[in-house]
Amino acid sequence: MDFVFVQLLTGLSSAAALFLVASGLTIIFGVTRVVNFAHGSLCMLGAYIGWSVLRLLPRDPSGFVFGVLLAAAATGAIGLAIEIGLLRRVYRAPELLQLLLTFAVLLILQDVTQMVWGAADLTLPRPLWLRAFVRIGDARIARYDLYPIAIGPLVLGLLWLLMRRTRFGMLVRAATENRQMVAALGVNEKILFSAVFALGAALAGLGGALSLPGGSANLQIDLSVVVEAFVVVVVGGMGSLPGAFLASVLIGVLQAFGIVLLPKITLVLVFSVMALVLAIRPQGLFGRRAASAAPAEVFTLIRPASAAVKWFGLAALIVAAVAPFFVGPYWVSVLTEAAISVLFAASLHFAMGPGGMPSFGHAAWFGIGAYAAGLGLRIFALPMEAGMALAPLAAGLVAALFAACVVRLSGVYLAMLTLALAQIVWAGASQLVDLTGGDNGILGVRPAAWATNPKVFYWLALALCVGAALVLRGVLFAPFGYALRAARDRPLRAEAIGLDAVRLRLVALTISGAAAGLSGGVFAYAKGSVFPTYIAVGKSVDALLMVLLGGVQTMAGPIVGAIAYTGLFDALLLATDFWRLALGLLIVVLVLVFPSGIAGMAGRLR
Amino acid sequence: MTISRRNVLAGSAIALARSGVALSPAQAQGNAPIRIGEINSYTAIPAFTLPYRNGWQLAVEQVNAAGGVLGRPIEVISRDDAGKPQEAIRLAGELLGEQKVDLLSGGYLSNVGLAIADYALAQKRLFVASEPLTDALVWSAGNRYTFRLRPSTYMQAAMLVEEAQKLPAKTWVTVAPNYEYGQSAVKWFKQLLLAKRPDVTFIGEQWPALGKIDAGATVQALAQAKPDAILNITFGADLTQFVRAGNTAGLFEGRAVVSMLTGEPEYLEPLDDETPTGWIVTGYPRDTLNTKANTDFVTAYRARFNAAPMMGSVVGYAMIRAIVAGIAKTGSVDTEKMVDGFKDAAFDTPFGPAYFRAIDHQSTLGTFVGRTGTKAGSHGTHGEMVDWHYADGANYLPDDATVRKLRPAAD
Amino acid sequence: MTLLAVEGLRKSFDGVHAVAGVSFRLQAGEMLALIGPNGAGKSTCFNLLNGQLRPDAGRVLLDGTDITGRQPRQIWRLGVGRSFQVASVFASMTVIENLQTALIAQAGQVFRFGRPADGYFRAEAAALLRLVGMAEQGGQAAGVLAYGDVKRLELALALANDPRLLLMDEPTAGMAPAERGALMALVRRIARERGTAVLFTEHDMEIVFSSADRILVMDRGRLIAEGDAASVRADPRVRAVYLGEP
Repeated sequence: MDFVFVQLLTGLSSAAALFLVASGLTIIFGVTRVVNFAHGSLCMLGAYIGWSVLRLLPRDPSGFVFGVLLAAAATGAIGLAIEIGLLRRVYRAPELLQLLLTFAVLLILQDVTQMVWGAADLTLPRPLWLRAFVRIGDARIARYDLYPIAIGPLVLGLLWLLMRRTRFGMLVRAATENRQMVAALGVNEKILFSAVFALGAALAGLGGALSLPGGSANLQIDLSVVVEAFVVVVVGGMGSLPGAFLASVLIGVLQAFGIVLLPKITLVLVFSVMALVLAIRPQGLFGRRAASAAPAEVFTLIRPASAAVKWFGLAALIVAAVAPFFVGPYWVSVLTEAAISVLFAASLHFAMGPGGMPSFGHAAWFGIGAYAAGLGLRIFALPMEAGMALAPLAAGLVAALFAACVVRLSGVYLAMLTLALAQIVWAGASQLVDLTGGDNGILGVRPAAWATNPKVFYWLALALCVGAALVLRGVLFAPFGYALRAARDRPLRAEAIGLDAVRLRLVALTISGAAAGLSGGVFAYAKGSVFPTYIAVGKSVDALLMVLLGGVQTMAGPIVGAIAYTGLFDALLLATDFWRLALGLLIVVLVLVFPSGIAGMAGRLR
Repeated sequence: MTISRRNVLAGSAIALARSGVALSPAQAQGNAPIRIGEINSYTAIPAFTLPYRNGWQLAVEQVNAAGGVLGRPIEVISRDDAGKPQEAIRLAGELLGEQKVDLLSGGYLSNVGLAIADYALAQKRLFVASEPLTDALVWSAGNRYTFRLRPSTYMQAAMLVEEAQKLPAKTWVTVAPNYEYGQSAVKWFKQLLLAKRPDVTFIGEQWPALGKIDAGATVQALAQAKPDAILNITFGADLTQFVRAGNTAGLFEGRAVVSMLTGEPEYLEPLDDETPTGWIVTGYPRDTLNTKANTDFVTAYRARFNAAPMMGSVVGYAMIRAIVAGIAKTGSVDTEKMVDGFKDAAFDTPFGPAYFRAIDHQSTLGTFVGRTGTKAGSHGTHGEMVDWHYADGANYLPDDATVRKLRPAAD
Repeated sequence: MTLLAVEGLRKSFDGVHAVAGVSFRLQAGEMLALIGPNGAGKSTCFNLLNGQLRPDAGRVLLDGTDITGRQPRQIWRLGVGRSFQVASVFASMTVIENLQTALIAQAGQVFRFGRPADGYFRAEAAALLRLVGMAEQGGQAAGVLAYGDVKRLELALALANDPRLLLMDEPTAGMAPAERGALMALVRRIARERGTAVLFTEHDMEIVFSSADRILVMDRGRLIAEGDAASVRADPRVRAVYLGEP
C-alpha cells in the first residue's frame, strides 16, 4: 500500500515537471497557433543557464530559488528574441512553415549550446537540503521530488489568475478563442504574441532549471522533452491549460505505475495513451472542436506543367538516366538516394498538399515498407522483386487501417496521430527483437543478382521511384485528384456536390502510404540493411523539409525539394561539423525569403 | 546555356573519375599517405566521440612523426554519421569511392557499426570497428572483412560476473536502457552468473527508454523488490539521474551494485561527489594507472589538447595503433592481404598489448574492473576507480568451439 | 406537384429552440423565399434541409422520399443543388475545373486515377458557364474572381446535377445592388425553364418581393406568415416583427 502511495507521489512529481514545459507550449500554441518544435531546446537552455548561474550562487534555498528564476527569466528573454527575430515574420504563413522555422531553431540551438557549454554532461553538486528525504513506510522519497507536486498546481493557479484576472490574460484568452477579436479590440497583436512567447519560453526554462538537482544539463534534453510535451499538449487539448495539467498527471502517474507492471513497453505506453485519447476525443481532453482553429487557408491555383516545364523535366530525366556513365559509384549511390527521396517526398506531398492531411510521422510508411522487404527476406527468403512488391502492399494496408480510424480528424490532430503511429511502429521495430532484430536491424538485404551492379540498381530505383512519383502526379490530375483537392479546398461545398470526403481521404492516405512504403522498400535494398532509425522522428522531419523546401502548393515541389534537400544535407554533412547550425540557418533563410518553396518561387518568377 | 553547363559539369566529373583511377597505382608505389576512412557519431554522441577524435588525432601525429608505416604517412579522412546507420553507409561509399581510402574504421553506435560492417562485406573492403559493443559485430553478424577493437558486451559482462559471483547476494534486480546494448548486457550477465551461481534468482527488471529514465519511479520500483544486489547498465544522463534518485532513496545502502562502463571517466566524472562507493564497475582508472604506456599517453594527450583523456580517447588512440600494426604486419594495403594480415596482428595500447584474434576478429584489448570510490580534490569530492585490476580481453571469451557456433559465417 | 414537403421540423441547441415546428410545401418550378429577422432560425432550417444538421423531430420529404437526416452528398444525389451564404468554390482550380469536378462527382466517376480530368465533361461544363454568363472566364483561377462572379460560379456548381430543387442561403449577400437583380433574374429564368423549385433566404426585401412566388416568414423558430408578396407585406405579425409595430 505504501508502495502504491510512493509511486503515486513520484508519478505526480514527474507530472508536475512535465506540466511546466507543456504549459508553455500550450499557451504559445493557443495564442500564436505556432507548434513550437524548439520548446525542448528552450528547456535545455534553461538547464544550461541554470547550471551556469547556480554555480555562482550560494547553495541555500534562497540562492537556489533566485538562480532558477533568473534562468527562467533569461530563457524567456531568449524566447523573446526568437519571437521578434524570426517567428513574428511568419504568423500569416501556413502552420507547417512555422513548424519548419521552429525546427531550424532547434537545430541551431543544438550546435550553439554545444559550442557554449561543451559536449560533456554538466552536473551541479547537491547541497544537503536538496538530498533530504521523507520516509513513507520502508520507502524514502526525495523531499525535492515533493516540491514539484506543489509547484505544478501553484503554477497552474498563477497562470489561471493571470488569465482570468488581468487584462493581459483576457487578451490571451480572446486570442486563443478568436484571432480577429483581438485585432478588433485594438490591441497591438505583436506585443501580445511576443509576451506570450516569452512567457512560454520562461516556463520551459523554469522546467529545465528545476530538473538540475535530479540530473544534469545535457544535449539530449531538447528532443526527449519536446516529444513528451507535444503528447501532453495534444492529449490535454491544444491551447488548454487545465487540459495540459490533467494530461501531465495522467501521463506522469501512468508511467510511474506502467514501469512497475510493464517495464518493457514504456516507449509505447505514452503514445498508445495519446492514440487512445484522440481516438475517443479527437480534440483532446479539454480541447474545443477546432471550428475556429482552422483559419481559412488560401489555396493557390494548381496548373498542369507548361510545355517548358515538361521539356525541362524530360531533359532532367534523360540526364539522370545517363548520369551513371559519367560519374563514379559514390555519385551513383547519391543519385539512387535522391530518386528514393523524390518518391518519399512526393508521397507525403500527395497526402499533405492536395489531400490537406499534414503528417509528422510519414516515416512510419517508409519504415513499414523497408521492414516488409527486410522481414520478407529474413522470414520467407523472398527475392528482391517480391520484397519490393510487398513493401507498398504492407505499407498501404497499414495506412488503410490507420486511415479508417483517424481520417475524420483534421489538421494538427491528424498530424500528431501519425506521429504517435510512427513512434509505435518505431518502438515495435526496436523492441520486437526476435522478429525485427531490434536496434541491430536486419542485415544482408541484397539486391537480386541482375541488379547487384550499382548502376543497374540505380536505373531500377529511378524507374520505380520517379515512375511512381510521376504516377502520383498523374493521379492528382485525374478525376480523383480533382475531387481530393475539392474536398480540401472547401469541405462543405465538396459534400454539397456529392463528394465523400472521408472516402477520398482514406484512399489518398492509402495511396500515400503505399508509395512511401515502396520508397522504403527500395531504400532497404539500396542500403542493404534495415534499422529502426528509418522510422525515427528525424526521418519524418526530413520528408517535411523536402516538401516544404519545394513548396506544398505546387505539384513540382516535392521533386525539386527532395533533390535540393538531399544535395544540401549531404553537402553540409561533408563540409562542416556544424552542419546542424548551417542547415538551421539555411532553413531560416528559405522560410523567410522563399516561403512558397523553391518551385513556388520559380513559378512566381515565370 | 543550361545544356552547355551540364556538359562542362559532366566533363569535369569524368576527368575527376579518371584522375582518381590514374592516381591509385601511383599512390601504391610512392610515399603518398595511406588513407584511413573514419566514420563516427560526432554530432549525435559528442560527449564520447570528441575525446575519441582527439585520441586518434594524437596517434596519427605520433605515427607520422615516427616515419609512418611502410614508409608512408597515414591520413585519416573523418566523417560524421549524425547517429544514423543509413548515413554511415552512404559516407562509407563516399570514403571508398571518392576519397579512395584504403580501409574503413570507426563507429560508436552498434547499429552504425553493423551497417558499416555489412557494407564492408558487400564491398569486400576492410573495416576496423573501434567502439561498437554489440556481440553481433564479430559473432552472429561477423564477417571476413570486419575486425573489432573494444571488449564486447559479452566480455564486459563476463568480467563483471567474475566479481559478482563472489558476492553473497542471492536476489538480483536489473536496470538497463531499453535497446540492444542494454538488452544483451542483461542477457549475458544473467546467463553467465546463473551458470556460476545456480542459487541466484533475478526478481525484477527495469527498462527505461534510453535518455528518458523516469528516475524516481524506477528507483522506487527497484527498491520495492528488496533485492540483495543490483545490476546497472544505464549510462550518461540516465545514470546521473539514476544515481541521484537512488542516493536519496537509499537504494544502494546495504546492497551490492554491479555496473557496466560506470568507471569510464565520461560517465564517472558527472557523478561528482554523488559517486556511490563500492560499486563493481568496468572502466578506466586514468589517474591511478601508473604504467608507462598509460602515463606516456596521458602526458602526451594533456600536452596536445590541454585536457585529460577519456575512455573514448583511449579507444581512438588504440584504433590507430591497431590499424598501423596490422598494415605493418601485412606489408601492404591490399584489402584481402590486410584481412589475413590483421589476424593475430599485435599492437600496443595505453592499457597494454593486445592482438586481433584470428577466430572471430575480436581484439583482446581488455578493460579495468574495480570498485568506485571517492577522493577529495581541489574542486571538491569526485569519483574514481579503486581496487582495480586489468582484465585482459583474451581471458573473457568463450572457448573456440562455442565461438565457431556463435559465428556462423565462415572465416 | 409537391416537390418538397417539410413536416414539423424541430431543432434545439442547448435547450434553445432554433427551429420549433416548421411545416411547408414547395411546388416544382416555384420560387419560395424564407425570410425573417436575424436569429429567426432561417439558417438552421436550411441546414436541416440540406443535411448538414440532423433534426430532433419532423420529416423532410423530397418528391415523396424521406430524406430526413441524410448526408449532404446523398441529398445531392437525389437532385438537390445548394449555394452557401458565404460563396464557396474550389480556389485551387480554374472556373471550368470547378464545374468539371462537380460533373465528375455527379457522374460517379470520382475514383478514376488515370486519364486527366481535364478531358472530362468539357462541353457540359462550358454549357453551364454559358448558362450563368461566364463563358469567357472558364480559364480563370476561381480563387481570384470578383465576388459577383464567385456567386455565379456557385450557382453553376449547384446546377451541375440538373437539380429538381435549389437551396440558396442568401444568394445575393455581399453583392453589389446592381448585380443582385441580375442574379435573381437568372435564377428565376432557370426555375421557369427547367421546372426547378427554388428555396432561398434573403435579407434584401426588394429582391424577395420581386423574385419570389411565395414567401415564408419565420420568427423565433416558427413560421408566422405565408403567402404572396402583397399578403405578407400586409400581415400585421410580419409588420410587428420587422418594423416593431404593435
